[in-house]
Amino acid sequence: MRSVCLAAGLVLALASGAQAGVLDTVRQKGFLACGSNTGLAGFGLADSKGEWSGLDVDFCRAIAATIFNDPTKVKFIPLTAKDRFTALQSGEVDVLARNGTWTQSREAELGLNFGAVNYFDGQGFLVRKKAGVTAAKELDGASVCVQQGTTTELNLADFFRTHGMKYEPAVFATSDEAIKSYDLNRCDAFTTDVSQLYAERLKLVNPDEHMVLPDVISKEPLAPAVRQGDSQWFNIVRWTHYVMVNAEELGITKANVDEKLKSPSPEIRRLLGVEGDFGKGLGLSRDWAYRIIKHVGNYGEVFDRGVGENSRLKIKRGLNDLWSKGGLQYAPPVR
Amino acid sequence: MSFVRTIPSAPLPPPVEARGAVLWLRQNLLSGPFSALFTFSACAALLWLVPQLWHYFVADAVLSSPDGQACRQPGAGMCWSFIANKMEFFLYSSYPRDQVWRVNSCLVSGAVLITWLLWPSARSKRLGGALFFLVYPVACFWLLHGFEALSLRTVPTNLWGGIFVSLLVSLVGIVVSLPGGILLALGRRSQLPVVRFVSTLFIEFVRGVPFITVLFMANTMLPLFVPENWSPDRLVRPLIGVSLFASAYMAEVVRGGLQAMDKGQYEGAQALGLTWWQMMRLIILPQALTTVIPGIVNTFIGLFKDTTLVAVVGIADFLRTVETARLDPAWAGPTISTSGYVFAGLFYFVFCYGMARYSLLMERRLSSGRKR
Repeated sequence: MRSVCLAAGLVLALASGAQAGVLDTVRQKGFLACGSNTGLAGFGLADSKGEWSGLDVDFCRAIAATIFNDPTKVKFIPLTAKDRFTALQSGEVDVLARNGTWTQSREAELGLNFGAVNYFDGQGFLVRKKAGVTAAKELDGASVCVQQGTTTELNLADFFRTHGMKYEPAVFATSDEAIKSYDLNRCDAFTTDVSQLYAERLKLVNPDEHMVLPDVISKEPLAPAVRQGDSQWFNIVRWTHYVMVNAEELGITKANVDEKLKSPSPEIRRLLGVEGDFGKGLGLSRDWAYRIIKHVGNYGEVFDRGVGENSRLKIKRGLNDLWSKGGLQYAPPVR
Repeated sequence: MSFVRTIPSAPLPPPVEARGAVLWLRQNLLSGPFSALFTFSACAALLWLVPQLWHYFVADAVLSSPDGQACRQPGAGMCWSFIANKMEFFLYSSYPRDQVWRVNSCLVSGAVLITWLLWPSARSKRLGGALFFLVYPVACFWLLHGFEALSLRTVPTNLWGGIFVSLLVSLVGIVVSLPGGILLALGRRSQLPVVRFVSTLFIEFVRGVPFITVLFMANTMLPLFVPENWSPDRLVRPLIGVSLFASAYMAEVVRGGLQAMDKGQYEGAQALGLTWWQMMRLIILPQALTTVIPGIVNTFIGLFKDTTLVAVVGIADFLRTVETARLDPAWAGPTISTSGYVFAGLFYFVFCYGMARYSLLMERRLSSGRKR
């Protein structure tokens, strides 16, 4: 029933507004409608002044920067996990940057396209430093605090079964209760997605006495999503991320981007639009990449500011480091 | 005869146990074994509870700690400095800070108008009513949303949030639901079959589905069925949902009052030659509504608390801002979540208790003729 209604609605929505591409609509509106999280530390969260910041928020600002040369032309529409995909399908938001996991069924059945992965997440473990555990495989016989009824719980069971280890799950209705019980010494480890572990760690009485194990036991690639059917828009969203990764690789930062315009390196000259017009194919200006770096920064800067060293979360780059440094962030060249 | 007294002797004082504090104690607290048992257990509970509350809210509470470090110490109580730091956020969420005077003037003028209307002995209530129901909503909408001609810049509703949106949603729900509910209740008891059928269908349908479903319907279905540029604003959708939902509930409360009216009241009114509307307005509704004041206020209080559900459709109401604030890594700590929720609890309690007390006052004033 639901899908029939959705389909009927989609037909209507498509019939009414399918002709103009998303880029034109966005230009006409004068702002980018960005579906954001209602609140997730490091990814999209309003501070005491009500200003949004975080990794996903900066991603939307980057898209706005490349289109309008103004990173503030974004309207953040907080969406809950339940209404996020409908909001994208109905055209209410132009892009969904709210830590959504890229899965096959979402792409195949919901009619979405996931752009480039802007954060490789996965399930990990938080343990006490004094326990002397350095890897997840050393957790044999441990008791693990976990939130009930989540894929986290299932992944945990799979992991221990695969490795033939024993564990004692301590299951709690909410993440808050689970972390509190862990703090009260009722479990040896606490498990959830790594990005969350760092945020939850701050709720402990002594955060410094705990550490996140380097192992990741599940795949949670978080990627911004767009509606299917507009390849130009899909390319813009994807390449916004690739520009930031390329910029980091080439050593271009928000601070030195103007200097780098004079760089002799052909790769840098192509990326910044000094040589060639690579924005044209995307329907953007010649300095499309320069705008992103100038207003928002490269991927490393955005990462450090949102979730990494310069934030209180202090998440390590890990899988999100550049491919040349042992991570998974790899961007195709601009040429 | 010298044994007859001519001056009466001074009256003796009543026995100690029949007056003052001792009498009150005996009558109210220790009148029987059960009463005594309850008294002692209540005292024990208070002795246990009060020091705990004292420690949590006052003795161990952190009053000032700019970076929240003191709130992270073991044994810390309520983190008031977190509340103080986030107070602006709780009030306005993301509303631009240089524009909050617009929110403030709406809140203050709303409070003044409501006090005017609710104050039992206030003058010229018709003027107050006209201002509140006709001028105030329009003026506040322009003020909050913006009016370019008066150089008030537009503040889109995705930036609205916090306590002011919670109050807005409840106020809209309350203001729409009372007249809406009365009309629906009258419709359900109407002699006209179509009116009766439609009213009954609406009430039973809306009442038969959970509030969350109404909100999701309003939020996800509306934009799917209308063209993109006609789709109502994200804040207007839950307002519509809340109004529909509250009206259906209110209708049943009002119908309860109408049922309680004696048939003689209707017949008397008709015998006087009043039209149906006159009868309702002058005879039936004043009595029926007075009877169901507790039910009406009950619905209002329920509605006020239910407004927190608009968070599931992405509206940053007060409780949602508390949720956001407690996630802020700059403040995260073991006592922060509790502090936030306790503050939210206090906020809702103050408002609901206020409504409850006011309704008791009105009941006493309006039902003096029926007091037992």
